Amino acid sequence: MTGRYSSISWIALLVVLAFMLAACPTAQPAMPASDGDEAASAESSAAEAMPAAETAADEEKVLTILYWQAASLPGPYLSGGTKDQDAGAITLEPLANYDPDGVMVPKLAVEIPTIENGGVAEDLMSITWTLREGLLWSDGSDVTAEDVVFTWQYCTHEETGCTSSEAFLGITSVEALDDLTIQITFDAPTPYPYNAFVGAGTPIISSAQFADCVGATAQTCNEQNTGPLGTGPYRITDFKVNDVVVYERNPFYHGDTPYFDQVIFKGGGDAASAARAVLETGEADYAWNLQVEPDILREMEEAGLGKVISAFGGNVERILVNQTNPDSTLGDNRSEYMDGSNSHPFLTFTPIPQAMSMAIDRGLIAEQLYGFAGKPICNVIPAPSHYASTANDSCLTQDIDAANALLDENGVLDTDGDGIREYNGMPLQVSYQTSTNSVRQKTQALIRQWWSQIGIETELINHDAGVFFGGDPNSPDTYQKFYTDIQMYTTGPSIDPQQHLSNWVCSQIPMRENIWAGGNIFRGCSEEYDELFAQLTQTPVGPDREALVKQLNDINVQNFYQLPLVNRGRVSAQANTLNGIQLSGGWDSELWNIAEWHR
Amino acid sequence: MGQYLVRRVLTTIPTLLAISFVIFIVLDLAPGDPTSALPETIRPEIRQQIRKAMGLDAPLHVKYALWLRQFFINEPLALLEQAFGLQIGDSENRLRVTSWGSRGTPVMDIILERVPQTLWVVGMAYVVAIVIAIPVGVLSAVRQYSIFDQVGTFLSLIGYSIPTFFTGLLMILLFSVNLKWFPMIYDTNLKVVDWESFVQQIKQSIMPVAVLGFFQAAALARFTRSSMLDNIPMDYVRTATAKGFREQYVVIRHILRNSLIPVVTLIALGIPTIFSGAIITEQIFRVNGLGALLIGAIQINDIPLVQTVTFIFAFLIVVFNLVADAIYGVLDPRIRYN
Repeated sequence: MTGRYSSISWIALLVVLAFMLAACPTAQPAMPASDGDEAASAESSAAEAMPAAETAADEEKVLTILYWQAASLPGPYLSGGTKDQDAGAITLEPLANYDPDGVMVPKLAVEIPTIENGGVAEDLMSITWTLREGLLWSDGSDVTAEDVVFTWQYCTHEETGCTSSEAFLGITSVEALDDLTIQITFDAPTPYPYNAFVGAGTPIISSAQFADCVGATAQTCNEQNTGPLGTGPYRITDFKVNDVVVYERNPFYHGDTPYFDQVIFKGGGDAASAARAVLETGEADYAWNLQVEPDILREMEEAGLGKVISAFGGNVERILVNQTNPDSTLGDNRSEYMDGSNSHPFLTFTPIPQAMSMAIDRGLIAEQLYGFAGKPICNVIPAPSHYASTANDSCLTQDIDAANALLDENGVLDTDGDGIREYNGMPLQVSYQTSTNSVRQKTQALIRQWWSQIGIETELINHDAGVFFGGDPNSPDTYQKFYTDIQMYTTGPSIDPQQHLSNWVCSQIPMRENIWAGGNIFRGCSEEYDELFAQLTQTPVGPDREALVKQLNDINVQNFYQLPLVNRGRVSAQANTLNGIQLSGGWDSELWNIAEWHR
Repeated sequence: MGQYLVRRVLTTIPTLLAISFVIFIVLDLAPGDPTSALPETIRPEIRQQIRKAMGLDAPLHVKYALWLRQFFINEPLALLEQAFGLQIGDSENRLRVTSWGSRGTPVMDIILERVPQTLWVVGMAYVVAIVIAIPVGVLSAVRQYSIFDQVGTFLSLIGYSIPTFFTGLLMILLFSVNLKWFPMIYDTNLKVVDWESFVQQIKQSIMPVAVLGFFQAAALARFTRSSMLDNIPMDYVRTATAKGFREQYVVIRHILRNSLIPVVTLIALGIPTIFSGAIITEQIFRVNGLGALLIGAIQINDIPLVQTVTFIFAFLIVVFNLVADAIYGVLDPRIRYN
């Protein structure tokens, strides 16, 4: 009998083993070995003894890009993450891209249309682009103006649920005048007509490939969505959802032959280990968005394999000052504008937020908490440089004494000796919310300390980012509802600030009636601002437009609706051997010029 | 036994339905929204459009009924079709559970793509853990309070109490950064075609397998040891020894066999954890298995994916509980279910 039981227990174990091992042969699908230096070094020793034919394959030039968020889909239209847009940017191209200074560089277009060269209509109602001749998709078929038209139809179809459809707002039609010419017509004079088809957010997709994927069926086009044809330097050979994308050189590319034989876009893990893989072990060549403590990055950089690079765009971490009363006793009327009748009891008195701004040491926050990724800033429109105002730069120096003096002069005094000043008998106690994030909580703590030095007491609150930015109209904790006195987050203008500035007109104040839609989150209303903004919408690109943008910025900053803190940049790491990277300041994908990357 | 099993299988059906309902409700009520991962600059009305395209605006019971139908009818059919190249009914228009994060991609396809990685790394770690833990546990028990036992106990306590994210980082710093022996990034594209790529596959698996194996071996070794210690003082052991069998024979043929009964059950109960992956370890080494998939899906609020993966885990746990009970009955003649 013992024999029988022992064999059964062994069989049970063997079954378990066999079950595990059975799955192993299928464990490694697709693509030849390629793990950066690891593979290269392992193979180079073997290569010496091998015939020439083999050696050629061994010297395969591989570029490994590491994103700690993996791409869900290659392309910006169905999945709005930067990771998806960038995975697409390696193969998909727009008509033009932005270089690091925000200057347009033609890609599929012959040149950038302007009023001077006749590409933009005098009345600002239309723009005409011309495609390069002889463009081909990565399967060898022709690129025509119809593809551009199709891209517009695809993204603007309501049921597609296109995440880039913002870029096409205000466009009434996109027409192909001939095989190479596209005319975009707007519903109103559009001083900045380059939102559509410029930058990695709106690349051109193939009309032949996606013809049956418009509207609701977009969701079912799995094959097309994960393997779009492109015009760029590399084309997709394998896509694993939320894991890795592999590209090979695109033989039909219109530019110079790209340097690498293979590009691997690996995702997953965390930012710190991504930095380590580039800076310390050299397993990857490029790592994106390194939100890592600055000291750790500096330490890793000392290994000498790579360097940390950063670029700054329009993103500004800012404090928003609630202009309406968020008092919880008001019930449903909390933070409601109510035609100006519900203004904040003390934050609308300018000297108070002004003193709060003066008490902040922006340089310290930027250096200590943001490191490579931040620089102190006094404007809400910080870039491109020709739009940045210089009128507010005094905020760069912290001055607690002057802040105290300012409050004293204006009669905001501590009358009952509890260390907190009062205004009209109301103690200056503010609640300060932001999303849960270690840097933000450290910023909150620093600012609370500085504000306590000028007699303002601060209550710190943080909410999970998914809730805070989630926009659920039933949640009281969203930034749109703004049920606190102060809140902090990052946002910023894109290449043309008009869209961003449009958020701050009076009609954009979020309230119950519009289900808290609208971008005027701080709920500040200035007639002067509205008038100047109306002018901006009629003023074409040029010095006049620049002056107007600066004025609008100054109104916002000098009314202390928002207190800009830190201009947040992008931090990436690159291997020292890699050349040709031009890290774009946030106007475009970091991989916008990947065709020029080489060793 | 047969009747018992049938009864047990039948009771799993309402259990699984209840689990699926709870998972569905909890995820539906959870705060967060799949569009919150999109850039903050996207306008509210466009977010609304995207939500609508994802089917988020339907009422709860409709969504649940749809999911049940997709999961229990459409998915199995689709898998059958894929496996055998058949066409069953109107398969073109049959809706499958699709991911929100990567729109249009059927959730099951993503999961199937991940299973091999998890089975290889986590399954291997499990095998390694079993192979190490049982001899260590046996020797520790037989030579109780010897140096071997002391060291074994010490190491298993360490293995059990140090979290894998710590041992994982430690190994990366030691073997990847300093010694440069093993890669820290697990290459999911690596295809084993020859000896060289096999070596590479082993090299990249060593660290995650070691980290996980150490952790699991620690627990198993402790369990084997105490189970052995329970049996050593038994009368049947004394009888066997009195018959003059060698110690080795008594330990292996008598004590070990009886001690393994609860251990085998424990191993069977642990198999679902192989599938659920070692979430943290997978994340650290970028092994894109099921654990990493689940975490990624949670981060971007990809609810259909989270629902499906969690439900599959629940399903496996229920099934392997059943299997464990059945094995127990087979291995231990004292237990009779009827």
